[in-house]
Amino acid sequence: MTIIEARGLTKTYKSKSGPVHALAGLDLTVPRGTVKALLGPNGAGKTTVVKMLTTLIRPDSGTALVDGIDVVANPKGVRRIIGVSGQYAAVDENLTGFENLEMVGRLYHLGGRAARKRAHELIDLFELTAAGNRPVKGFSGGMRRRIDLAGALVINPKVLFLDEPTTGLDPRSRLALWDVIKRLVADGTTVLLTTQYLEEADQLSDDIMVIDGGKAIAEGTSDELKAQIGGHRLVIALVNAADSAPARQIMARYGSGEPTVTTDGRGVEVAVTDGPAGLQHVLAELGAAGIDLHDAGMRRPTLDDVFLKLTGHKADLSVTDDDETDAAKPAKGRRARTDNPSDASSDTPPRELVK
Amino acid sequence: MTAIASTLPDWNPLSLWYSDGWTVTKRNLIKIKRSPDMLVFAVIQPIMFVVLFSQVYAGAIQVQGTDYVQFLMAGIFAQTVVFGATFSGAAMAQDLKEGIIDRFRSLPMSASAVLIGRTNSDLVLNTISMVIMMATGLAVGWRVNSTVPEFLAGVGLLLLFGYAFSWVMALLGMSVKSPEVINNASFLILFPLTFISNAFVPSETLPTPLRIFAEFNPVSSLVQAARQLFGNEGSAPVPDIWTMQNPILTVLIGVAVMLIVFVPLCIRKFASISSR
Ligand SMILES: Nc1ncnc2c1ncn2[C@@H]1O[C@H](COP(=O)(O)OP(=O)(O)O)[C@@H](O)[C@H]1O
Ligand SMILES: [Mg+2]
Repeated sequence: MTIIEARGLTKTYKSKSGPVHALAGLDLTVPRGTVKALLGPNGAGKTTVVKMLTTLIRPDSGTALVDGIDVVANPKGVRRIIGVSGQYAAVDENLTGFENLEMVGRLYHLGGRAARKRAHELIDLFELTAAGNRPVKGFSGGMRRRIDLAGALVINPKVLFLDEPTTGLDPRSRLALWDVIKRLVADGTTVLLTTQYLEEADQLSDDIMVIDGGKAIAEGTSDELKAQIGGHRLVIALVNAADSAPARQIMARYGSGEPTVTTDGRGVEVAVTDGPAGLQHVLAELGAAGIDLHDAGMRRPTLDDVFLKLTGHKADLSVTDDDETDAAKPAKGRRARTDNPSDASSDTPPRELVK
Repeated sequence: MTAIASTLPDWNPLSLWYSDGWTVTKRNLIKIKRSPDMLVFAVIQPIMFVVLFSQVYAGAIQVQGTDYVQFLMAGIFAQTVVFGATFSGAAMAQDLKEGIIDRFRSLPMSASAVLIGRTNSDLVLNTISMVIMMATGLAVGWRVNSTVPEFLAGVGLLLLFGYAFSWVMALLGMSVKSPEVINNASFLILFPLTFISNAFVPSETLPTPLRIFAEFNPVSSLVQAARQLFGNEGSAPVPDIWTMQNPILTVLIGVAVMLIVFVPLCIRKFASISSR
């Protein structure tokens, strides 16, 4: 039943400021035909896991089997059955989309004819016609991503690895890519994907593992995780900071956790299990108590909320030293760290505003 | 999705090695065709060297027993194949930076195919440069004064040396942090190697320390071998050093040593590199 089985993976890198424990004993199990999301902030160790499972780097210790094949002992055996789309699109800029895909097909040893046939199919499937016959160089990040993803699907892989597949994409391309991934998943492909967005993990995966500092800190279905951190967040902005105490009491009655108050005393926030109902009740009571509001609404939990709840500290989304190297890759589209996919995605319910 | 056999045909390692190497070679050649700057480097630079050196220094440099153009050509050939090899290093570093190496390494392809593809396509590029230089040389008065087999052996020896040196540079390319580093580093190595030699002036005209360096410089042996095989030697005495007295054998030994040492090192290095 399990197709990925990893035990005690560790990896330590040397750096100027001492050793970096990219992975500190990670266990990972993925059942066949399911989608597992690795959710974690920048530097959590997501890419390191993916690179180990795809035979690009060796673990310092620990073992990993993909479909029963050991990634260290038989890397070629693993490579024959997987598809990989790494964090940065690995496409040849000077080749056309078609040439890229044909080359990958030949290197999977499909033979020339089958490789060309498959490349044509993928061009159609991913709507890459525009990039089919022109060098990839001039195309957008979204297009590159799709060619890269198509490259991961040249064979029907038993396991598909996607490392931050939508990072750096505009909201429209992100939604389009989600659609593609959902279609694949519907066909029963096993997928291991990594993301910094809770929303994305929620949309695409059956099971989420939250990692930080190279270790798993929580695991479960998206519903289980949300129950832990409490579904939606109710957020209000007060006209008078003096009202924060009574407002806090009211919100505590409907929240699934303790409300928090911002330092200026004007913002109060609480996690709730039922967002819309909670909002109605809170607004009614605040109105009855004569408390004036600037703004009120609900929002979906973010990775920050997950982290705050699970670790007691905020997710470290600060720029780490590997961003320096990344800055040297302008074509790859560096992500603006603040963009939350829920902000722009059309399937997010509009934030209710009451004046 | 359309089904594609995930059980792939069983290829024997030799045909796999050959066909994967060829697939990557084709990819590199397409790349060269589409980036004009590389073509300019490979085509214009050799023309410029032949024309400039033959016109500017012809009057100033005396070579015993022959004229300067005859003397010069083997030197320019040697310089070009040695410089051409640096391209292998820069291209490996570039592939690593662009992340395409990660794609290659995640595919079930032959472990040496990327390196074979790289060195092969640079051999093609060097061959094109050689043909153009020869045509230019003939136009400014260069003549081959040997038999056809000797001439072909000379061309083969130059290309073989460039090919073996490509593997050395490829290892360097995989070991540095960015393509810029390799460009700077290779110029620091290559300028002394090609200019402090017998390529452009007879080595006995150099001041003593440089003369000694030039006489033991492997590039000098390559140039000497090419001059012999093209019949462009003139009558100047050859330094009484084994490597200069037996230049062809020296070059063949050098090529063998470079390949025996650097091919396995490159393949080992390739198996562990990954872009960040
Ligand atoms: N090649 C490397 N050399 C040094 N440190 C590295 C290297 N690769 C990753 N790291 C460090 O290991 C940690 C985990 O990195 P990574 O797996 O890329 O995290 P993520 O993909 O979750 O952002 C980070 O602190 C990163 O800086
Ligand atoms: Mg990463």
